[in-house]
Amino acid sequence: MELIKTDIAIVGAGGAGLRTAIAVAESNPDLKVALISKVYPMRSHTCAAEGGAAGVIKSDDSLDLHFNDTVGGGDWLTDQDVVEYFVNEAPKELLQLEHWGCPWSREPNGSVGVRPFGGMKIKRTWFAADKSGFHILHTLFQTSLKYPSIERFDEFFSIDLLMADGRCQGVVAMEMKSGRLFRFQAKAVVLCSGGAGRMFPFSTNGAIKTGDGTAMAYRAGVPTKDMEFVQYHPTGLLATGILLTEGCRGEGGVLRNKDGYRYLQDYGMGPETPLGEPVLKTMELGPRDRLSQAFWHEQQKGNTIPTSWGDSTHLDMTHLGEKHIDERLPLVRELSITYAGVDPVKEPVPIRPVVHYMMGGIHTNIDAETPVPGLFAVGECACASLNGANRLGSNSLTELLVFGKRAATNAVEFARNRNAEANESELQEQADKAQTKIRELVQRSGGTESIAGLRAEMTKSLEEGAGIYRTEETLQKTCNTIADLRKRYAGIELHDKSNVFNTDLFQALELGNMLALAQTVAEGALARKESRGSHQRLDYEARDDEQYLKHTLAYYQGDEAPRIDYHDVVITKSKPGVRDYSGGAK
Amino acid sequence: MAYVRPVSKTTWYLKDRNYTIHMINELTSVFIGLYALLLLWGIGAVASGDKAYYQFFLECLTSPGMLVLLWVTTIVIFYHAIAWFKVTPKAMPIQKGEAFVPGGVIAGAHYVIWVLFSLVVLYFAGVF
Amino acid sequence: MSAVQLELEILRYDPEKDQEPHFQTYQVACQEEWMVLDAINHVKDEVDTTLSYRWSCHMAVCGSCGMMIDGQPKLACKVSVKDYANKKVRIEPLANFPIERDLVVVQDDFMEKLKRVKPYIIRKEEQPIEAGEYKQSPAELKKFKQFTLCINCLCCYAACPEYALTPEFMGPAALALAHRYNTDSRDQGLAERHKELSKPEGVWDCSFTDTCSIACPKHVDPASALQQLKIATTVQWYKELIGMGDK
Repeated sequence: MELIKTDIAIVGAGGAGLRTAIAVAESNPDLKVALISKVYPMRSHTCAAEGGAAGVIKSDDSLDLHFNDTVGGGDWLTDQDVVEYFVNEAPKELLQLEHWGCPWSREPNGSVGVRPFGGMKIKRTWFAADKSGFHILHTLFQTSLKYPSIERFDEFFSIDLLMADGRCQGVVAMEMKSGRLFRFQAKAVVLCSGGAGRMFPFSTNGAIKTGDGTAMAYRAGVPTKDMEFVQYHPTGLLATGILLTEGCRGEGGVLRNKDGYRYLQDYGMGPETPLGEPVLKTMELGPRDRLSQAFWHEQQKGNTIPTSWGDSTHLDMTHLGEKHIDERLPLVRELSITYAGVDPVKEPVPIRPVVHYMMGGIHTNIDAETPVPGLFAVGECACASLNGANRLGSNSLTELLVFGKRAATNAVEFARNRNAEANESELQEQADKAQTKIRELVQRSGGTESIAGLRAEMTKSLEEGAGIYRTEETLQKTCNTIADLRKRYAGIELHDKSNVFNTDLFQALELGNMLALAQTVAEGALARKESRGSHQRLDYEARDDEQYLKHTLAYYQGDEAPRIDYHDVVITKSKPGVRDYSGGAK
Repeated sequence: MAYVRPVSKTTWYLKDRNYTIHMINELTSVFIGLYALLLLWGIGAVASGDKAYYQFFLECLTSPGMLVLLWVTTIVIFYHAIAWFKVTPKAMPIQKGEAFVPGGVIAGAHYVIWVLFSLVVLYFAGVF
Repeated sequence: MSAVQLELEILRYDPEKDQEPHFQTYQVACQEEWMVLDAINHVKDEVDTTLSYRWSCHMAVCGSCGMMIDGQPKLACKVSVKDYANKKVRIEPLANFPIERDLVVVQDDFMEKLKRVKPYIIRKEEQPIEAGEYKQSPAELKKFKQFTLCINCLCCYAACPEYALTPEFMGPAALALAHRYNTDSRDQGLAERHKELSKPEGVWDCSFTDTCSIACPKHVDPASALQQLKIATTVQWYKELIGMGDK
């Protein structure tokens, strides 16, 4: 096993990992950074984000407004000190990206443009047409190439964290092209490994979004937080689940049911706004949880359109005109034509809600620290409690910048106070254990379970039990199913025994990671007997601040279900109130 | 060990239609080169002051073989010019305000200049 | 249910077992809406779990699934199975790259070349963040915007005959990105990039076959960037000759 000694190891080279790496390199070029990722940086799923990134820049906007939108949007499950720090840092980070060359769309006078987004009271979403995440990722990746202290380990699959003396001291990862394990010994580790949307059958997430880093931390004893909060994006393209950005609605697109009726007005988001004149925080510019829930109700009423790919409603952009769509939403047009055979310039696009984002993740605080010293986490894999029970669109791209930088600052500080006092023998022993685990998994024979089979059962069960609306009964069933699947996981057999780019093995590891996390989602949701944000219980329809204005923590218990605990929400200046998206109806 | 697929140095351009078309474009320059040599020969013949030699050059020009070659060259030059004019908008895009001038305009301008030059040459050749 | 029958002839190569690659055939009953990638995923999940290939986003933006489909470099997630209905389709790893395993190619060469063109904003003097954004008009943005759209899928390298014959050639995507920064109104790095770009294996190995642009699934038109770069580097060469080239 090869040993790589570094100062800061970063797992994941998407937006969060790259921002962290650059911030470390800028703050101290003498520190060695190992940037470890199972894919090349530009393949990371940040590239699929479309709409944009929120940050207060215009004179009609204020930090307080951004704060209020975010806290209310998250149904008061946000930590308000975190939100305050976030809104304050957001504009600086977006400007920094501008200085690094991000091709933000512009106003005629040359300043950056902003577009309206769901749940935001003011236009504050910086955008690069509808490929904002793509441009952010490539800008960060290309900029990272100028720092010699960043050493990339592309296509290294992280297996386990290495813990000794009560702190995180590294990670063991497999070089995918050779199958060799590497022991990365680091003074601090930052996890930036993304979400786990692939736990669900219908998801905007790419194949790589399997929660590997979150599961690694969870297994190592770090609790996950608020995992039951899973965001359904209201406008996923039918059949594939490809994301059609909220920018579609920001630019004036509307949702219609099978009768052409703009149904959102029936669910507390009306009155209907005139076509082509979207009103902020109203109708189509309501928050994602509410819009996805409205779809579910329409489905119950029989107002959706049945198709061979499930029920759908329509996203209608035909009134926007070809020129506007080509300028602001070129990707949406391309995707609709390629994957649904529908040109949004001419016809409404069939859509349905689709799993998009995990509000939950590794328990972190305002400093991006986990409870384990030396271990930090940023981005979708983490839960800094910025997004609460429902994330507002365009906050997550900014989040990975703001907290990427914060994690870097704190990791550098942490590393400075550590000398090379690593507990070598203990670390090697743990790495050897990982080696043994892999070897056994590859060599095991006589198994009868298939990876694809178990995966399909897991995704189906989560959707059925822990979807947009949940009940005690459906959740209990899903909890049982996932527990059973975790047992059956021991019965899988790999048919690929090669050391070279063994995707059979990686898929097995990913499935194991997802199964562990699926259990935190279902168990967390079962225990939370209230409805809040994206977590809606048909048997407990109201929000219950008395009992559940708390974060759910889930602790790993080996083969058993996680131990559920709670953690206080930080409330500074905004007392829990009513989420009002009724626009003009005052 | 990663496997490196062999690439033929001699027949690669037959593998793909676009490669073949490109090689045909490149081949047309051989005729343009030949014509340049012919011109040089003619200039040399005039410059030598040797009337018989110049006469010989003129006779060669009108020989059947040479006529065929000249016709072929004319056709090939048209092909060559059209092929390159077609891609000029890629090499020299022109931005006016926000929008780019349509490719057809840029390629078209090349044709206009081509015609004008040809007219000048024909004028000096005494055609008009 | 299954509307499209596909016969996939997939190149297989495992360096631990095989001296050289061979083809393996799979019959796949596809749903009409499937992309070729979905058909390959079906093989992986249901027929042969040993098949190795890269993929992620399934929306033509991550650039993972570039491969040769019926002899042409394409994103497997962006071509419909209907285009090959009831036909035998050859699926091979991207041409011009070494094969690591099955459909997975070695991409190190591109990663190294990309770094050499310095694909980031270079300025003589940084404006502090507090001073706000660099102003850039929509026209200035439009000038280079197209060349920012490269997803690094490497289809252009697989299509480029020059890269096949001269592997030292920097190639379409890397050079197009150099041009993207050269033409960004915020950048002042043309002179610094010039040395690398004007080498023989820089822009001058390009003979303008235009095949990179034909192959590009994102309509970046790298061939255009390269021709413009040839002009720009020539101008820079003359500028340096008369001592006005910045460096």
